[in-house]
Amino acid sequence: MKKEEIIQKLTTIVKPYIQNEEGFKNMSEETDFINDLEINSANLVDIILDVEDEFDIHIDNDSMEKMLSVKATVGIIQDKMNA
Amino acid sequence: MKNRVVITGLGVVAPNGVGLQAFTNAIKSGKSGITFHQNLKDKGFSCCIGGIPEVSEEKIQEYLTPLQLRGFNSTSILYGVMAGIDAWKNAGFTVDENSPLDYDTGLIFGTGTSGIEKFREAIYKIDEQKVRRLGSTSVLQTMASGVTAYLSGILGFGNQVTTNSSACTTGTEALLMGFERIKNGKAKRMLVGSSSDSSLYTWGGFDAMRVMTYKHNESPEKGSRPMSATASGFVPGSGGGALVLESLESALARNATIYAEVLGGNINAGGQRNGGTLTAPNAEAVQKCITNAIADAKISAKEIDVINGHLTATTKDALEIENWTKALGRKGANFPLINSLKSQVGHCLAAAGAIECVASVIQIKEQFVFPNINCEDVHPEIVSLIDKNKIPTKKTDTNITILAKASFGFGDVNACVIFKKYN
Repeated sequence: MKKEEIIQKLTTIVKPYIQNEEGFKNMSEETDFINDLEINSANLVDIILDVEDEFDIHIDNDSMEKMLSVKATVGIIQDKMNA
Repeated sequence: MKNRVVITGLGVVAPNGVGLQAFTNAIKSGKSGITFHQNLKDKGFSCCIGGIPEVSEEKIQEYLTPLQLRGFNSTSILYGVMAGIDAWKNAGFTVDENSPLDYDTGLIFGTGTSGIEKFREAIYKIDEQKVRRLGSTSVLQTMASGVTAYLSGILGFGNQVTTNSSACTTGTEALLMGFERIKNGKAKRMLVGSSSDSSLYTWGGFDAMRVMTYKHNESPEKGSRPMSATASGFVPGSGGGALVLESLESALARNATIYAEVLGGNINAGGQRNGGTLTAPNAEAVQKCITNAIADAKISAKEIDVINGHLTATTKDALEIENWTKALGRKGANFPLINSLKSQVGHCLAAAGAIECVASVIQIKEQFVFPNINCEDVHPEIVSLIDKNKIPTKKTDTNITILAKASFGFGDVNACVIFKKYN
């Protein structure tokens, strides 16, 4: 799956959790979930579950800890999909 | 110098009325909130009737954000949040997520179990080896203090925020603990109350104990019969109630509407001695709770105009009346008027005390006694203790200066509060 397509799907997934509209409007590969979107850290686990459902992948604990930005998340999704 | 404590806000989510106005209208007219529930029948319950507040999805969205509602499955938290927000607004405050932290206001909000349906979800997932699928919502909705966690964040309270649990005494106990805190100068305002889930998983154990009526599945509105000769067990209910307690000084400074004054009260336990058990009250302790409450309020027993009893529609109703007659030294025609909200809404368990305190305060504010429904046939043991006309079956307009409200619970625990009309 192309990076752009993954980011588009990721945008839909994170929308309910974001608390910074401005950051969400400007969401790009460089966006950090907590610093830029002000997502409550407790909700990161919910986002990971939603990602698993959307892309039909399983995300292990080590990968989970790295999923703090759009870039890292896209990378992990691509890895898992190609695995 | 102890602070005087008054009530400046009310909120309620009850089986016979959601919101203060609907609930006030309901209790005045003696509206039953008890209905038949097919899911109870399908699961093989003996008692297939119960009291569940009517709350639409649209209504829920007025209180919780889409994010808060993701994976949300806890009616006790929902009812507590609704009643708490309503009471806070009713007291003249606004709800704003960016409001400054209020160190002068605290929250004591009780429950029996929190989010039992959410807990069931979690158990199934864990048993299917899907623990990680619980996400972030399981803990917050199943911890006992879930309701206070939600409410304190929505309202921005910075004083003590805690959850109490004392079975069917919970709501009345919460009120008295909040009262003490303000009286002793530890807080200016305390939002207090309690809530209980609408769930067959909450009610099932009571059905198994045979303490719920199984005789009124065809006539739900007739099922809850406190003080009646044909009472055959309680009808389960659910909901939430909340009250804003405030120092008189703070209320006057804000020019707030004052519903009533909390004069005093008492919380005690029977220690499961002298006839008390896990499920039955120690009569001596109940009487002591009432007499201590009267002493704490610095009134005499003869000043009590109205009693709002615990009175669940089990075999213990006559014993409760006997305890009141002994504690007050009043019987027959000299007994105060008495009523039980459970005739209309069933036994709302952990929520009962708070919903019934709200009903008590409405009666004082509007100077009426709501009708006891389903007790046209008063139990003969009760008639031998007090005059039948002390148990009004129609709405009765009367002067109420002092109202005593008591709640009792499993574990042999008691609470009694004395409310006074505020002039």
